[in-house]
Amino acid sequence: MNDEVEEAVAAAFREEWGQVVATLIRVTGDWDLAEECAQDAFAQALDRWRRDGVPRRPGAWLTTTARNRALDVLRREAVGAQKLREVAVSTRDEEPYDPYGTYDPYSAYGPHDPCDGRYDSEFDDGSGVRDDRLRLIFTCCHPALPIEARVALTLRALAGLTTPEIAHAFLVPEATMAQRLVRAKRKIRNAGIPYRVPPAHLLPERTTGVLGVLYLLFNEGYAATAGADLVRTNLCAEAIRLARVLARLMPDEPEVVGLLALLLLHDARRGTRVDASGDLVTLEDQDRTAWDRSEAEEGAALLETALRRGRPGPYQIQAAIAACHTTAGTAEETDWADIAALYGELRRFVPSAVVRLNRAVAVGMAEGTDAGLALVAELEGEGELDAYHLLPATRADLLRRAGRTTEAAEAYERALDLVENAAERRFLEKRLAECRSV
Amino acid sequence: MKYALFLCTPVGGEEPGPEEIADDPRFTSYLQEVRDRDLVKGGARLRPASDATTVRVQGDEVLLSDGPFVESKEYVAGIDIIEVADLDEAIALASRHPAALGGGSVEVRPLWE
Repeated sequence: MNDEVEEAVAAAFREEWGQVVATLIRVTGDWDLAEECAQDAFAQALDRWRRDGVPRRPGAWLTTTARNRALDVLRREAVGAQKLREVAVSTRDEEPYDPYGTYDPYSAYGPHDPCDGRYDSEFDDGSGVRDDRLRLIFTCCHPALPIEARVALTLRALAGLTTPEIAHAFLVPEATMAQRLVRAKRKIRNAGIPYRVPPAHLLPERTTGVLGVLYLLFNEGYAATAGADLVRTNLCAEAIRLARVLARLMPDEPEVVGLLALLLLHDARRGTRVDASGDLVTLEDQDRTAWDRSEAEEGAALLETALRRGRPGPYQIQAAIAACHTTAGTAEETDWADIAALYGELRRFVPSAVVRLNRAVAVGMAEGTDAGLALVAELEGEGELDAYHLLPATRADLLRRAGRTTEAAEAYERALDLVENAAERRFLEKRLAECRSV
Repeated sequence: MKYALFLCTPVGGEEPGPEEIADDPRFTSYLQEVRDRDLVKGGARLRPASDATTVRVQGDEVLLSDGPFVESKEYVAGIDIIEVADLDEAIALASRHPAALGGGSVEVRPLWE
């Protein structure tokens, strides 16, 4: 029985933490108080749910409990009567205390809000969307905050990771991470960063910013896979969870759905990216039967629905590229011409040298190594990627495939001069040894 | 909220004179907007950094030096104090300011209130 309650609290934590914090920030305007009270509500839940049973709507119970706690704290601190009234009124208006009953707490945040006009005029931010988590995610990812702070704040406030967990995930001392979070919250308060979903004219740009944060979060976890570091690889799951929330809240934004698709398609292959000894396994050599079929299928299906809207963007195109790989039964069946064309498309949105390098790989596979090498040579001539180990590594790989092993070995040596990641280094060393032994 | 906009200009660049400002449509449209919306609560155009004198005090001694205290690539050419709802509005205004459009930058700083 106790285990069941613990499980229910843990599940509620995963599902509801962001919502509880987001609502508390809106009604109190105080981030620290919101986190404190949310924490307190979850602690109380353990005792109370054991005694009274798990409420039918844990989120409503937790939000109300956290709010009452905030009221107590504010009362003790004897803040102005106005603030108390605001918190009390929003408690009464938005969420009848009926967590064991039939009242649907989510209706209070959805478009069919049963609240009176006061709520509408006061909290409608003009974008037509009123979920508090959406406000929270846009505020956490505000471009006036440094990027590391955006990531950390999103994990803390929205995903409920603790400061030590976030510090560990980003390999910085706990004190540094705590300081980073304090500074970010202080800047939000002092610089007047608004707690709202941006108005329509800012929405596309800000949404791109939010997607960038989630993608970075995922990549951080993805890169850590080689180290088998659970706290860090958990970032992939957190990024997917947050992308799901965002896709649910912004279902009409194909790029949001595209990002979720991309993350799922990458994640489906994550387990096969490294072998038992922690060495990298290339896409060609990965065990395709070990890919997570349900993740891959869900990703592919989401991509379809996104593409059907006819508004392509960089995440949808990257997801389409990832889908080309996951849907190929064997490495040989991969449709490289399709992938090359998709990279060409991606260049329109992301005119970066790295995208062109990826296209060179695809062209090399589709049209022959010479065509790929010609594109690599172009990039080498421009010099922008001089410090990027994957430039010589790509040349090396194409030369190796063409059977020009001596030249390939030279290129691998140049790549080894530049590489930093230990798993990638071991991989390049292995290839170099292979080329030399031919 | 009140913000100070520090209007920064690259060192060595040409600063427009009063007549040029009056003729520049970017300035006139910006000035029109802030006037219409009554956003500017104060401010000043500053003489060039080369006319600055920096004062420091060490013990009883007052130390003077020519020019700004910090040597940098840009210097503050003017200050606007604006009052808007939040940082997004301040950023929107700063991004339309001729100082930002003309290759300089605008530092947006909230005031103690």
